Amino acid sequence: MDTDFKQLAKAANAIRRGIIRQIFHAGSGHPGGSLSAADIAAVLYFSEMRVDPQDPRSPGRDKFVLSKGHAAPMLYAALAERGYFPRAELDQLRKLGALLQGHPSVKIPGVEMSTGSLGQGFSVAVGMALAARLDGGGRVYVLLGDGELEEGIVWEAAMSAAHYKLDNLCAIIDWNGLQIDGRNEEVMTVAPIGEKFASFGFHALSIDGHSLPAIADAFAEARAHKGSPTVVVAKTVKGKGVSFMENEAGWHGKAPNAAEASQAMAELGGVL
Amino acid sequence: MAGKAVATRQAYGEFLVEKGQVAENLIVMEADLSKSTMTAGFAKAFPGRFFNMGIAEQNLYGAAAGLAGSGRVVCASTFAMFAAGRAFEIIRNSIGYTRANVKICATHAGITVGEDGASHQTFEDIALMRTIPGMTVLNPSDATSAKLLLGLAVDAEGPFYIRLGRLAVPLLYEADARLEIGKALRVRAGRDYTVIATGIMVYKALCAAETLAGEGLSVCVLDMHTLKPLDGAAVEKAAAETRGIVTAEEHSVIGGLFGAVSEYAAIHCPARIIPVGQRDTYGESGKPEELLRKYGMSADDIADAVRRLAGRR
Repeated sequence: MDTDFKQLAKAANAIRRGIIRQIFHAGSGHPGGSLSAADIAAVLYFSEMRVDPQDPRSPGRDKFVLSKGHAAPMLYAALAERGYFPRAELDQLRKLGALLQGHPSVKIPGVEMSTGSLGQGFSVAVGMALAARLDGGGRVYVLLGDGELEEGIVWEAAMSAAHYKLDNLCAIIDWNGLQIDGRNEEVMTVAPIGEKFASFGFHALSIDGHSLPAIADAFAEARAHKGSPTVVVAKTVKGKGVSFMENEAGWHGKAPNAAEASQAMAELGGVL
Repeated sequence: MAGKAVATRQAYGEFLVEKGQVAENLIVMEADLSKSTMTAGFAKAFPGRFFNMGIAEQNLYGAAAGLAGSGRVVCASTFAMFAAGRAFEIIRNSIGYTRANVKICATHAGITVGEDGASHQTFEDIALMRTIPGMTVLNPSDATSAKLLLGLAVDAEGPFYIRLGRLAVPLLYEADARLEIGKALRVRAGRDYTVIATGIMVYKALCAAETLAGEGLSVCVLDMHTLKPLDGAAVEKAAAETRGIVTAEEHSVIGGLFGAVSEYAAIHCPARIIPVGQRDTYGESGKPEELLRKYGMSADDIADAVRRLAGRR
């Protein structure tokens, strides 16, 4: 493949800086689960998906649904980097009257579905994949959190995706192992994830969710695979890229103060 | 009035097959009840545009939100209990908040589900759906108006909740009746009191009005087929031109028609309003007409409510 992974790494870093910047200025938000999915977002928006930021609703485009809607800063940073809206909007996240809502809203250019209530985005993605088949084109990507898999609707959606053999649908699980109240195994065990999806009829892949080539390869394999939907179980580190946030459940939904944000930006090669 | 009896769900099934022939953008979704909700006819005629999602109502409405758009309109059906009740939050966030072009066509509403009993008799659906911003809520009174209102709903953009029944009910309208979403229809003129009825209670209200005419009371009957947006002008007219209002619904007296009419009247036209409906309790198994009598939703109950307004009880 001739994918430029140096460029993708730069994009991932820019997305991470955008995440820190947004949540610092907002004073609230979810850094941990946004940072863990930044590499996945970089590959999707800068390599894998056929989208046009100048024409966000172009027919036949690929679609991305952020089912784990609390990672909105990751999505917004990726959309801003791709030029869907000015980067300056990132400083207005969660503020009254601002474009960028606390959780994704379809009013925002490039956002395909309003999400935030867990599990629903996966179900909506199933509908979008059925629609794409009727329309004769376009792939659908949906990103779920590991804790999100505890929602019952996820398995209703999984069953239907396999039933309708939606090979144009690719689910990605951001398996960072942590949810609000602690480690998955302490709160509610979700493992084994790949095996669960496989038993539902998915083509299941397991990867390092921070390896850009592994992510790109998984999407290529999903595209080539016919007859069933694919799930990419991406093992990730919550808070990835910011030393003091990594693997800390406490950074699920907390904003950094100025000193913390400055340190985080420095680690990511930027300034606040 | 009152010749043949046809269930509004029957009208829904016929509507889908007719509409499917001219509207290629019409998609129908189902949750394993196609022979009861009457979507089976569409499934047979247009298998490529029909999706059975199995016994999974949350996913039914989530996927419906994903399928709508790009010019498509989705009619997604199950029993009212599982649509408005079980899937409420999915409908609120994935259909309401996004203004998805989904028509929630919910059958088997109310106590006339009958023998299946309390677990399947919903009296809360109108109240739940009415609280969702931008949701249009329809409750047709007979099979003819059901077809006409379904046609208007499918041709309109945005989310709708359409309440349909299991029981065959008398036909009230001619096929060329002119219905408009958000406009109540006066189905009987009267000077003294107004019964504002919705759904199958419109026929009961007409029966009550006939009885009361024999007692010297002239009762106006309105078919409030649209619960939201409510026809406030019709409520104001009833309050101004008659001496009191009875609301009649096969639904809880909390949050449905009585709620909507009272909310409007409290602000714009204070009036005496007496509700006929399910009185904050669960139902039970039985025959539909027996249940309507036992739970206070018969024509006699409407007549009694008017007599109370008239000081005759």
